[in-house]
Amino acid sequence: MSVLTLRVNGRARSIDVDPATPLLYVLSDDLALRGPKFGCGLGQCGACTVIANGEAIRSCVTPVSSVTSAEITTLEGLGTAERPHAIQQAFIDEQAAQCGFCLSGVILTAKAFLDKNPRATDDQIQQALSGVLCRCFGNVRMFNAIRRYAKGVTA
Amino acid sequence: MTRALTSDARRALHDAGFSRRTFLKGSGALIVTFGVVGVADRVSGVFAQGFNGTGSTRLDSWIAIATDGTVTAYTGKCDFGQGLYTAQMQLVAEELCVPLSRVRLIQCDTSMTPDQGTTSGQQSHPTNFNHTNLALAAATARETLIKLASARLGTAPADLVAKDGTVSVRATPSRNVDYGSLVGGKTFEVQLDPQAKRRHPREWTVLGTAVPRVDMRALAMGTFEFVHNVTVPGMLHGRVVRPPSPGAAVMGVDEASVRDVPGLVKVVVKGNFVGVVAEKPWHATQAAARLKVNWSTGAPLPPQRDIYQQIRKEPSADTLLVDSGDVDATLKSAATVVRATYQHPYQMHGSIGSSCAVADVQADKATLWSATQSAYPTRNTTAAILGMKPDTVRVIYTRGAGCYGINGADTVSYDAAILSQAVGKPVRVQLSRKDEMAWENYGNLFTIDQRVGLDSSGMIVAWDYEAWSAAKGGRPGYNTPGNVVTGTLLGLNPAPFNPRTPAPPPTMPLNNGSNTAPSYIAGRVRDSQNGAGVVRSERVLSHRVRSPFFTGPLRAPERLQNTFAHECFMDEVAVHVKADPVAYRLRHLNHARLSEAIRTAAKTANWQARPSPRPGIRNTGVASGRGIACVCYEGDNGYVAMVAEVDVNQDTGQLRVTRLVVAQDSGPISNPDGMRNQIEGGALQGMSRALGEAVTWDDEKVTSIDWRTYRSLPVGFAVPKIETVLINQTDEEACGSGETSITVVSAAIGNAIFDATGARIREVPFTPERVKAALAART
Repeated sequence: MSVLTLRVNGRARSIDVDPATPLLYVLSDDLALRGPKFGCGLGQCGACTVIANGEAIRSCVTPVSSVTSAEITTLEGLGTAERPHAIQQAFIDEQAAQCGFCLSGVILTAKAFLDKNPRATDDQIQQALSGVLCRCFGNVRMFNAIRRYAKGVTA
Repeated sequence: MTRALTSDARRALHDAGFSRRTFLKGSGALIVTFGVVGVADRVSGVFAQGFNGTGSTRLDSWIAIATDGTVTAYTGKCDFGQGLYTAQMQLVAEELCVPLSRVRLIQCDTSMTPDQGTTSGQQSHPTNFNHTNLALAAATARETLIKLASARLGTAPADLVAKDGTVSVRATPSRNVDYGSLVGGKTFEVQLDPQAKRRHPREWTVLGTAVPRVDMRALAMGTFEFVHNVTVPGMLHGRVVRPPSPGAAVMGVDEASVRDVPGLVKVVVKGNFVGVVAEKPWHATQAAARLKVNWSTGAPLPPQRDIYQQIRKEPSADTLLVDSGDVDATLKSAATVVRATYQHPYQMHGSIGSSCAVADVQADKATLWSATQSAYPTRNTTAAILGMKPDTVRVIYTRGAGCYGINGADTVSYDAAILSQAVGKPVRVQLSRKDEMAWENYGNLFTIDQRVGLDSSGMIVAWDYEAWSAAKGGRPGYNTPGNVVTGTLLGLNPAPFNPRTPAPPPTMPLNNGSNTAPSYIAGRVRDSQNGAGVVRSERVLSHRVRSPFFTGPLRAPERLQNTFAHECFMDEVAVHVKADPVAYRLRHLNHARLSEAIRTAAKTANWQARPSPRPGIRNTGVASGRGIACVCYEGDNGYVAMVAEVDVNQDTGQLRVTRLVVAQDSGPISNPDGMRNQIEGGALQGMSRALGEAVTWDDEKVTSIDWRTYRSLPVGFAVPKIETVLINQTDEEACGSGETSITVVSAAIGNAIFDATGARIREVPFTPERVKAALAART
């Protein structure tokens, strides 16, 4: 065990953990965050996605010790209840979920990609989401929401 | 007429292990429901999908009104992402004439809500939105409030109007009384009134509109509480250690192998159930991975390549749904006989979140936070495995990842309960991806022989269906925890399998709940005729054999497999007689609503009447085609038709579905946007199942154990254009819409592939290899 400091959603958090612990376990269990979720533990589905230094990463296969210098943002850290982030608002407006368990993967992967590629084509967005799963298959609405957000970014 | 709190309610609350005071503070309303006795005997078959429990005839079990006029409703039908929570709030608001903001809904908590069995089989709309249960309760409450107001205001009920939580005299609205003053904080003490009048869809202002889902904001913000997020003071974390293969038994457990894992609390072994409990989830994960268990060799599995032949040879339980007795003779005298065989693999629910539950088992009571679709049944079966009485166990439904049927939610509830009991502390258990995928109750494997006889005009005169399917276990119901893996590991058997050959002749009117019968037969049994079609020489024979794997309801269970075979075959017959597939279907139907759905889908898709395949096919390059499929879901629970358009790359075998047009009639529509969301998601999930999903195994174990070995379409695939046409039938009964589009999509795509290429694929999934093989086999 060792004491590590993480920066999560704009706050410094100290935790005493095994440095090999996956980041997801720390976020969910030690910091009681609800956004990132355990889907597969294998980095295959995206439900555990967080943004670290601007990149969408799979927190279930990321040792916590490797991100101590990163600025980490989880889904609940994007916006506030009063002011959802524009991409969250787009998902709300499009009613773009069913069970919603996948949304960290879908929203954060799309956001990180569009932040770097604001003029991305539909095919490029699709490619960026080719490793993210939604088993309710809310794809149609999710793409509408992502396009709506992308339009706002480039407007 | 009213009093504070009934004694049975007080007793139920006491038995549930928490005080009435908590309730009153928490809900601002009186809670008056209680455990239902005598239900354990009422479970129908193991495969029962739409079991609706006993409900309650008492208004107070469904509706409570607080002094401030807030309406609290209690439902036994839960939301797992299909939008039912919001729709039920709309229903209550509509019938009680209050704004949506004044409605609160409590779902599936065995200490509070009526026993409505299982939320499944798109039964929630038929059950709660027609003239029984929640809808009738809300209508009864409104009429009761008007009666109370009549006495209070000295005006006849007919001269009163309920609006916005207030009953007013129609002629002089200033004379009024609000709900809170009439009954607030007290019980109604009346029975549901079967004569209570539902508000007609023409009058609806809340129901029938696209109210946004009340949970959507929290989901998008990442703050929604899933069962995975539940925490209880003092909670520990468990993991299970499943056998390496089906049938393997524990020979020994080396506890020393995990002695040095930090935070380990206990290794738990009960029969073949093995689990670990630790202080933190990471500790539990490590302990589960490192624990050395000596397992016996399991039973050998049948070779996957032979499975469709193998199940034809096994002892079987046979059922004749329909048998007109003249099928062999009609086929013999028919001008032509057409036949084909279809195959459908085991498929998974494959929830994106592996299943999770939290249990707090104490000496005299237990609380379980579970994503089960079956709160009361799970209460009873959990009590059984814990050796406790059902009324000392409280199950609080808490949403998990989308389940699409019986995923791991029930089995992990047992896991958490057993581990919590073993350590005397609350325990949270989440399954690993492999635990989830290797052991869940798969959708049944089917092989189906279809045969029809045609007369000289090309009309079908006889239809002969014969199917073999494999099953084991299923929903545990109220008394069969052995129907899922944890129960079996604890030494409890799945529901017994009783071979029966030959099947007795049918005696009951056709119930087409599993869509075993095609839509085109008359479905005559004795004096009844429940089919949707015109073919009167008809036989529907099913053989059920024992599956090596657990099976259970997976979205559109059996209905999907059967409909794939029926609707592809109907297409093949139409091809045989060179008929347009739409016109040919309509000629064989005797069902106005299904026919209307077909016409609507065809018209919207700009369907060009002609036989398949399309003229001028070349054998290379990309070929485009269209196909149609339809179904009366469960016989009478929603009517859907779909047109699919596909591009087939004949060089690679790759498919691209470019357009799906769906026309659906589910009676009066509660929430058009929610319905579209279900249709879209169902269509794409069905596409994923049709194009790539199949459980795989080797000679000892399941080998599809993650997302590399079980292929789901990702969010980033080329999504077809989806057009949904909702047929709003305001004078009909409410039907479901969660499982309709998924039922028809594989057949619609299969038919489109044929139309494009002239190649028929009779086995799901339509992998590129299989498509190429079918293309190569073209004559």
